[in-house]
Amino acid sequence: MTRDDGTPAIGDVVLSARNVAKSFGNVHALKGVNFDVHYGQVTTLFGENGAGKSTLMKILSGVITPSSGEIVLDGAPVVFHSSTDARDRGISIIHQELSLAPNLSVRDNIFMGREITGPRGVDYAEEERQSRALMEELEEDIDPRTPVEDLRLGQQQVVEIARALSVNSRILIMDEPTSALSASEVEVLFKVIRDLKARGVAIVYISHHLEEALQITDHAVVLRDGAMTANAPRDQIDLEWIVRNMVGENFDLGSPPEGHGIGEVALSIRDLDVPDASGKDRLAVDGVSIDVRAGEIVCIYGLMGAGRTEMMECVAGRLRSNGGSVTLLGEDVTRLRISERIARGLVLVPEDRQRDGLVQTMSVGQNLSLASISEFTRGLFTSNRRESGIVQDSIRDVHIKTDGGGAAIGSLSGGNQQKVVIGKMLATKPKVVMLDEPSRGIDVGAKAEVFGLLAEGARDGLAVLYSTSEVGECLSVAHRIIVMARGRIAAEFGPDATKEQIMAASGEAVAA
Amino acid sequence: MADTTQDNSGSRGGLFGDGFDLGRLLLEGRAFFALIAIIIVFSMLSPFYFTVNNLLIMSSHVAIFGLLAIGMLLVILTGGIDLSVGSTLALSGVVAGALMQGVELQMFGVTLYPPVWVVAILACATGAFVGIINGVLVAYFKVPAFVATLGLLYVARGVALLMTNGLTYNNLGGREELGNTGFDWLGFNRIFNVPIGVIVLAVVAILAMLMLNRTALGRWIYSTGGNARAAELSGVPVKRVTVLVYVMSGVCSAIAGLVLSSQLTSAGPTAGQTYELTAIAAVVIGGAALTGGRGNVRGTLLGAFVIGFLSDGLVIIGVSSYWQTVFTGAVIVLAVLLNSIQYGGRKRSSPKTTGTPPSSTPKAKQA
Repeated sequence: MTRDDGTPAIGDVVLSARNVAKSFGNVHALKGVNFDVHYGQVTTLFGENGAGKSTLMKILSGVITPSSGEIVLDGAPVVFHSSTDARDRGISIIHQELSLAPNLSVRDNIFMGREITGPRGVDYAEEERQSRALMEELEEDIDPRTPVEDLRLGQQQVVEIARALSVNSRILIMDEPTSALSASEVEVLFKVIRDLKARGVAIVYISHHLEEALQITDHAVVLRDGAMTANAPRDQIDLEWIVRNMVGENFDLGSPPEGHGIGEVALSIRDLDVPDASGKDRLAVDGVSIDVRAGEIVCIYGLMGAGRTEMMECVAGRLRSNGGSVTLLGEDVTRLRISERIARGLVLVPEDRQRDGLVQTMSVGQNLSLASISEFTRGLFTSNRRESGIVQDSIRDVHIKTDGGGAAIGSLSGGNQQKVVIGKMLATKPKVVMLDEPSRGIDVGAKAEVFGLLAEGARDGLAVLYSTSEVGECLSVAHRIIVMARGRIAAEFGPDATKEQIMAASGEAVAA
Repeated sequence: MADTTQDNSGSRGGLFGDGFDLGRLLLEGRAFFALIAIIIVFSMLSPFYFTVNNLLIMSSHVAIFGLLAIGMLLVILTGGIDLSVGSTLALSGVVAGALMQGVELQMFGVTLYPPVWVVAILACATGAFVGIINGVLVAYFKVPAFVATLGLLYVARGVALLMTNGLTYNNLGGREELGNTGFDWLGFNRIFNVPIGVIVLAVVAILAMLMLNRTALGRWIYSTGGNARAAELSGVPVKRVTVLVYVMSGVCSAIAGLVLSSQLTSAGPTAGQTYELTAIAAVVIGGAALTGGRGNVRGTLLGAFVIGFLSDGLVIIGVSSYWQTVFTGAVIVLAVLLNSIQYGGRKRSSPKTTGTPPSSTPKAKQA
């Protein structure tokens, strides 16, 4: 794949996106982005959740096609019909969730889908020889016959990289490669990246750990709400520059409601420990204590893996705790089931509405009434009249745009689907409502509406606890901001904190 | 298709929730049209087919499959499967048969002859017990439903064989002086010329419809199958619901076992073999999704009638039993094919206005 004009020099643009835009329905994920990838250098893409990073990477790697704009490879416009197409042209992507088959060996994974075949079937010896060579090149002492499930995550990452290299990738896209790695594994990865750079591989790097990314990057590009807001080489930027450009002047998400009087402590979490789901000895939540008062809105800020979701799911009754207690309005609910907690007024709006929030096979109305069936059951039978009353009230109260309670869930936009999940839990007339990343995957207008609902609820005496990984959303309706990092409470702020303070406390701005 | 666009005027609420709406029945009614077609074709081929008497005889055959299929539907709605229904049918029948022969209590030196209603209750309890084991294995021990109920398929059948030593109880009539007559009532009697088995099916079907459409439990069953995680977080007792559907399936099998033993006037340990597959076929032909959350009693009944009327029709016109098997299989494949076209078409036609990109992988949302 050498070009006619000879070997490219370090820093030459090998791949670029020109005015690329992508829409999903009426959601504009990317709005005309220009993006360059440089030969032998690392370009890091910064941006908050939903800024469009992954969409851009999927376009560059041929997973999806842009709605408009073009991709230029080695100076000539190209169209990728599939990710295989892009791979054949030397572009590989390593997804955040590794796409390895854990039951197969390292060798089989590296050659998955393009096995070397000879007259007698797959030539395992040749595959093994090449795998060994790749491992040596990456200076990782991994036997190609080891099953991938026996490897540490960092080593699995190396196998992914080896697979990308085995197809002679010239451009390697790494989406959050360090999110699951320990500090020493990150060091190994960075060494591999430097080696790759020296070999002329162009690397696109995405990370939430800003300072970590700054160690390795040569160029920084910042995306916000689907548009590129800044673009500069490493020597012209610092942490503050990135944060400023990432966060920007946010859409006004409201301010903490005032003048309604904060009541007694409604929810009291004491020394809560939640074991890590992966079964390691680690605690996902480690001795967290939080009080939320009636009429108060508390925000929990933290990175992915900070333990926010585990903490909320444990308080809601989904996960078991290892220790600690949860008290609701003076009553210990630590041992109660989810339904009993809901009946007492403690509800959770889960993070992933597709997976945990909605029943796709049921209508909007049936979803809205799912958590409050007892409200419209008389004796043995449900009352359709009372159910539709509850559904109509919910649709009105949380402002769902729908054709009516009978509409299919899939016909709603993301923001309205989220409002269905919120409306479902509010229909149970809770005292305390927890919302895990309530703004995830919804557009800015819907975000403002959701936060408006929270403020409204607090004015009516509801205790609200919500989590977010977007710092702009902390500084909206919350009276208090609690920062979690690695399962613990790292800091607590009032509504007058700065974005930089919050991000620094979360560990986002410190090396892992 | 039609079943997603539910009437939302707020006035819905016949006795059976979504109600018997002929227009919708025709729209979504593949199984209905298939049944009509079967009846027309066989009526042309045989003068005996479309007679009141034959229809009633065929219906009493359908009653067995229908009872099993309703139990199966409840399990499938939660996203599970119950392969043990045929064996449970046989086991309950054998239990009933054994009880009719009398229970010898050696300790007291007496033999008890329980009246028929006690026999029926104990047979149903047997079915419920098999269901509890299935349900607990699936819900609490996380054994895949396919495997758990496959195991019970063997165990229940084996227990039935052990109890009878492989033999069949032929004397189910009871004796006047012992006060245990009347077992043949289920299989032979008619009310207004309708076989009791068909009436039992109708009663069970109405109860199942009421439960699914008008009770909290029904809503819980649909939500468990549609998205168990979401249901759980909404306070639905997903595990108890799961156990309950297997228990109800077991009881349905036991009722079917009683009706069948009564029809045959014998209770054998080999009764009902492969009936679980017929029941699954009826549910699938009735438009239910094996992934759970979609399906209804009306469709399942139609499915049972399609299979029953088809196989009996083939017998009447003298098609060899080998061809019957081929036809039945073809109908099942065709039904599943139409199901996937229906559900696949729905996905394509749904507007892509969701906020997240269509891929619902976690990747997409962390952009």
